[in-house]
Amino acid sequence: MSKPDGQQVPGADIPPRPGQRIGTRFRNFVRTRNFQDMFQRNARPGELVFAAGFFGFSVLLLILIPWQTQWVPLSKLFTQPAFWPGIAITVMTLFSAGHLFCVLCANRLPGLAAELAAWARALEFVLWFIVYVWLVPIIGYLIATIAFTCALSFRMGYRGVRWMGLAAVFGLGVVVLFKGLLGVNIPAGDIYELLPAGALRSFLMTNF
Amino acid sequence: MDMLLSGIGMLMHFDVLLALLIGSIGGVIIGAIPGVGPAVAIAILLPATFALPPLVGLVMLLGIYGSSMFGGALPAILINTPGTAVNALTTYDGHPMTQRGEALRALGLAYGASFVSGILSILTLILLSPVLAKIAPMFGSKEIFLAALLGLVLVIIAHRGQTLAAGMLAGLGVFLGTVGLEPLKYTQRFTFGQEWLASGFDLIVIVLGLFALSQAFLLLSEPESAPETPPIKGSMGRAMLRIFKYKRLAVSGSGFGVLMGMIPGVGEFTAQFLSYTYAQKTSKTPEDFGKGSPEGLVASESANNAVPAAAMIPLLALGIPGEALTAMMLSVFYVHNVIPGPQLFQGQIDFVYALYAAMIILNVIVVLFMLVSSNLLLRIIRIPTRFLGVMILTLSFVGVYSLRNSVVDCAIAAAFGWFGLILKRQNLPAVPIVLGLVLGGIMETKFRPAMNRVSVFGDFFERPIAAILGFAILCLIVGHFASLYREQRNRQPNPDHDMHDSFQR
Repeated sequence: MSKPDGQQVPGADIPPRPGQRIGTRFRNFVRTRNFQDMFQRNARPGELVFAAGFFGFSVLLLILIPWQTQWVPLSKLFTQPAFWPGIAITVMTLFSAGHLFCVLCANRLPGLAAELAAWARALEFVLWFIVYVWLVPIIGYLIATIAFTCALSFRMGYRGVRWMGLAAVFGLGVVVLFKGLLGVNIPAGDIYELLPAGALRSFLMTNF
Repeated sequence: MDMLLSGIGMLMHFDVLLALLIGSIGGVIIGAIPGVGPAVAIAILLPATFALPPLVGLVMLLGIYGSSMFGGALPAILINTPGTAVNALTTYDGHPMTQRGEALRALGLAYGASFVSGILSILTLILLSPVLAKIAPMFGSKEIFLAALLGLVLVIIAHRGQTLAAGMLAGLGVFLGTVGLEPLKYTQRFTFGQEWLASGFDLIVIVLGLFALSQAFLLLSEPESAPETPPIKGSMGRAMLRIFKYKRLAVSGSGFGVLMGMIPGVGEFTAQFLSYTYAQKTSKTPEDFGKGSPEGLVASESANNAVPAAAMIPLLALGIPGEALTAMMLSVFYVHNVIPGPQLFQGQIDFVYALYAAMIILNVIVVLFMLVSSNLLLRIIRIPTRFLGVMILTLSFVGVYSLRNSVVDCAIAAAFGWFGLILKRQNLPAVPIVLGLVLGGIMETKFRPAMNRVSVFGDFFERPIAAILGFAILCLIVGHFASLYREQRNRQPNPDHDMHDSFQR
C-alpha cells in the first residue's frame, strides 16, 4: 500500500490483528487527518508515576471523606457538605483508575529517571520564587526584584554586563509599572523604616 | 440599534480606548513570543485590572485574548513553533510555505483569515444578541446546572485520546472548589484543621500557578533556544488581500469557530480540526494539505480567531466560561460586581454590545499594527527562552502577591506551578482543572435550588431547555462511547509513534 505520492504508508508492514477486518486499517488514511491520527500517543516517561500518584491521592481523599467532611442529620443527600466533594473525588478515583490501567497497558517509552530528574530540577526554581516572595516584605519590592532578576539571570548563565543591565532594567521597569503606575497592592518593605521620616521615605514606600 | 450605539458610546473614553490599544498590541506581542501565550499574560495582568473600572479592565484582557492568535501565527509560520497552542495546526501548512519562499504570502493569508473571521464572528454575535436576550432568561437553576455539566462533559470528551486524564483533572478541579468553609451548613471540608485552607483555593492563585509559574519553571529548566529568522520583505497589505481568493474557506472556518466557541468546553482545537477537515475534503488538491497548502492555512487560522468572540456568549449570557481564558475573565466580572448571566443581557445589553464593539476595534487595530510590525515582532521573539522564564517568574509574583499580600498564596501558586510543569511535561491539559473549579462551583450552587421542586428524576427535565440540555449530554456520552467502539474496530496502526505536544506550549 502506498500514498498518492508513491511513499510507503507507515505501518503497512504490520500484520492485521486477529479478527480485524481486511481493508479497514487504512480506510481513512488519504481522505482526512482525523482526530485519532492527531492525538494518538504512547505513554511518556514518568506517566506511570504520575498516573499511580494521582490514583493514590484520589483513593486517599476518598478514604478521608468521613473525617474531612461532616454528615448533618435530617438533611437531604444533595445538601450534605460531603455531597460535592464525594462526587468530585469519586470522579477523580474512577477516571484515574482508568488512566492508570491504560498507562499500564500502553507501550511505555524509556527515560523514567531523566524525567523524574527534570521534575526535581524544577524544584530549584520553586525555591527561588519562594525566597523572592519572602524577601519582598523585608527589603522592599524594588531591591528584592532587581536582586532577584539579576541573581536568577546570573544563575541561568546571563553573566555579562549587558545581561545584568538588562535584568536590572527589567526589574526596575516591572516595579515602576505595577507599583508606581498601576498602584497594585504590594506593601512597602521593612527596610524603608530605617530611612528618616520625610518626603523621600513616603515616596519610596508608595512607589517602590 | 439604540443599545448598540449606547454600547459604542461607552467605549469612547480615553482610558477605555487606551486599554484597548495596549491590550491589542500587547496581545499580538505576547502571542508572538513562543512560551508566553495569552493565558500567562491574562493571569499576570488579572489582579492589576482589579483596580481599573470594569470596562477598562475587561477591554484590556479582551484585547490580549482576541489578538494573541494573530501574533501566534508569526512564529508558527516562520520558525515552525506556534506562539500559542491554538496556532499548532498553522505550522502544518504555514511553515512548508515559508520553506518554499512564500513566507509573506503565508503571513498575509493567516492575518487576513484571522481578520475576516474575527469580524464575521462578532457581526454574527451582534445579530444573535437580541435572540440571546430572549433565550437567556429561560435559563433557571436547572438549566444553568445542566449547561455547566454539559461544559464539563464536553471539556472531558473534547480531549480526544486523553479523556481519562481530562476527567480526573476536571474532578480535581471540582474537588479544589469544594475545599474550605462551605456556605450552606458552615462546615469545613478538607481543611485538615489548617486555617489557611478555610477560605479555600483562590481561582486566580491556581490559574497563575498552572499557567504562568509552570511556564516559567519549564522555560528555566529546559535548554536555551533563541530562534533566528530572516526578515520579511514585500507588501503585507497586498498579501492580506489575497484572502479574498479563499472566501469560502474563511467563511466556513468562521462558522465552525462561532459554533464551537459558543459551546462551553469545546473551543479552538475542535473548531480548527473541523474546519481543516472540511477544507481538505472539499479541496481540489487534498494531497497538498500538511505540505504547504494555503487552503489549510486559511482553514486553520479562520477557525481559531472566530472562537474568542463566540466564547463570550456562554460567559455573558449564562455566566458559564467555556475555557480557561474566559474563566479568568469571569473573575474580573465578579470583582467588579458585574454578574454575567441572563440578567446582564436583559439589564445591561449595552455593556455587552460595548464588549463586541471593542472586539471589532481590536481586530482593526491589530491588522493595522501587523501591516507594519512583522519585522519588529521578529526581533522580539528572539528573546532567549531562559531569560523569558526569569521575566515570567518576576511578573507572576505581582499577580499572586498583589491579590492578598499572602505568602501562603504564593506558596500554593508555586506548588500548582510545579504540578503544572509536570502536566506540561506529560502533555496533559491544565484547562480541565480550571474549568472543573469554576463549573463545579456553579453546579454546586445551582444544584440545590434546582432540586427543591424535584420529587422524581424526570422532574429535572420537565422544562424544554433542561430536556434539550439533558438529551445533549446523553447523546454526547453515548456518541463518545460509540466513536470509541468504532475506533477500536477500525483501529489504525500508529504510524510513527508521534505524540502531539499542544499542552507543552
